[in-house]
Amino acid sequence: MLDRAIKGGPKYWGWLIFLLVMMTIGFGCYLYQFKVGLRVTGMSRDVSWGLYISQLTYLVGIAASGVMVVLPFYLHDYKAFGRLTILGEFMAIVAVLMCGLFVMVDLGQVTRVLNIIMYPHPKSILFWDMIVLNVYMLLNLLIGWNVLAAERKGIHYQTWVKVLIYISIPWAFSIHTVTAFLYSGLPGRHFWLTAIMAPRFLASAFCSGPALLLLICLIVRKVSKFDPGEKQIRTLGGIIAYAFVLNIFFFLMEIFTSFYSQIPGHMNTFEYLFVGLDGYGKLVPWMWAFVVASVVALILLIVPATRRKEDTLLVACIAVIVATWIDKGLGLIIGGFIPNPFEKVFEYWPTTPEILITLGIYATGFFVLTVLFKMAVSIKEEVGA
Amino acid sequence: MGVDRRQFLKITGLSALAGLGGKTAFELLAPGKVEAALPLMEGKRWAMVIDMRGMTEEIMKKCREACHRVHNVPEFDDPKVEIKWIWEEDFTHAFPDQEQGNEYVADKDEHRNFLLLCNHCSNPPCCRVCPTGATWQREDGIVMMDWHRCIGCRFCMAGCPFGSRSFNWGDPRLAPKELNPDFPTNLEFPTRTKGVVEKCTFCDERLAKGQLPACVETANKIKNDTLIFGDLADPESNVRQALRKHFTIRRKAELGTGPNVYYII
Repeated sequence: MLDRAIKGGPKYWGWLIFLLVMMTIGFGCYLYQFKVGLRVTGMSRDVSWGLYISQLTYLVGIAASGVMVVLPFYLHDYKAFGRLTILGEFMAIVAVLMCGLFVMVDLGQVTRVLNIIMYPHPKSILFWDMIVLNVYMLLNLLIGWNVLAAERKGIHYQTWVKVLIYISIPWAFSIHTVTAFLYSGLPGRHFWLTAIMAPRFLASAFCSGPALLLLICLIVRKVSKFDPGEKQIRTLGGIIAYAFVLNIFFFLMEIFTSFYSQIPGHMNTFEYLFVGLDGYGKLVPWMWAFVVASVVALILLIVPATRRKEDTLLVACIAVIVATWIDKGLGLIIGGFIPNPFEKVFEYWPTTPEILITLGIYATGFFVLTVLFKMAVSIKEEVGA
Repeated sequence: MGVDRRQFLKITGLSALAGLGGKTAFELLAPGKVEAALPLMEGKRWAMVIDMRGMTEEIMKKCREACHRVHNVPEFDDPKVEIKWIWEEDFTHAFPDQEQGNEYVADKDEHRNFLLLCNHCSNPPCCRVCPTGATWQREDGIVMMDWHRCIGCRFCMAGCPFGSRSFNWGDPRLAPKELNPDFPTNLEFPTRTKGVVEKCTFCDERLAKGQLPACVETANKIKNDTLIFGDLADPESNVRQALRKHFTIRRKAELGTGPNVYYII
């Protein structure tokens, strides 16, 4: 099936070469980081996780969101999503792959990573995160590949694949719940110590992932004969709208609890993020960009006319991706470390090598995604689905 | 380890058959028991009481220098990458909860420094979150680090509410030479590699030899009983007596981690 991925026009190859260049630059920067140590990053004794772990958190959401096209099709027999499930599954695989890479580049002693398996400690949430993410990737790989292969041969996929599909649905919820538990169970990190972390993670996942999928579908429609379908786009728009509203609702609940209770530890990080604390406020412009993007997305998604119109829905999707990325891929993890355990502010900002390594991993993800989507779309074109 | 005469003969006999020497058999039976006469091997819950009444800036500085010298902790003079096992912090930042609870603090405490180190919590969140067991709690309560197993994920740093953990962002041997002219300062103790987390270990290597922690020894040379180190499990121990006699506070006790470093104000 992979042979479909090596038949493409100059634009296809140009895109892949561009990604390869980005990957090479990122890998070069990683070799430098590997040699010198993590001091090449902006992380510090106080902000000990930065851009890498933030991206892990964001991408686990993207991975989990694959279920938003799988679930309606398999559990509600919503036939229209039949042509999208494979794309959702492949997107999940790629997102988990990037998650794994982000964990790897964040480790101080990457050569010892197998210690997690050789000396397993089930009390650690990281141990469970490793398990749920890897199993989820495996599930999607098996499902996606077999369903696509069956489609190519014009037959129905085997029964055991169906069993895996049913397992993969609750599993998608588990990966983001467990990832939220990484943060929400730590004493002394007030910003993270909240029971709504996991629900909020899921809500933001179920809007950001489908928004990205919709965006990619529209690109795929432009460059191939594959049409995701008008009905499908409309349904995705509805899913994004509900999930994004929930996401913002959960966020506002956090704000209420913190500021009505007036407990300083609970307010400090929000103050740092939105107005600055003790004169420091590197993330303030970003967080207000999050607010603006959220408002734009909310309006465009709630008003039926703009949600159903493709150009405005497209803008809404971009706004959703921007808002959720700033919220989860920047503010949430970095904010959790500010102020530090001594109630002091020590700021973080990623360095150039750190950003290039991050972009390199995204390029790797998009490279694999392009190859997988190319394969899936070519087969769908052949069988005329 | 309870071994009766019968078992003893059995094990020594088998060891002799297996060609093991008498000393080895003894070690098998009671590892470390050779030094058992020394009281510092016997603790069940090590703790420290810091008497701030007699504490001075000089004592704290000497303690920090002694600790960092004994454990090859390099000096960076850069808050981004610094490594601290024991250090000074003013009241407001050492006890942020107390500062918020008590708007007006006694003059003598408000702006003075306190000596901070790992609290060797009874219920340590760092050990709970560690995915490899590279940091764990010993039977005597010490929260230990295995610098050869640590993968450098820094989950323990996120988990510690006391900021007691430092990460080797680079190779400690490449720390600025002008600040560390004779680094490594103690050839008996390993230097760490880049990419692992480290922290105070209550001088486990000194306890094993029957010596008090380096900071305790240093402080008490200047002024006796400024730092009191002992076993909380023993009701008659020096630390328990000090806690009975004086009102003490602990850092962020409300989080339930059970810090084992107490401060007499």
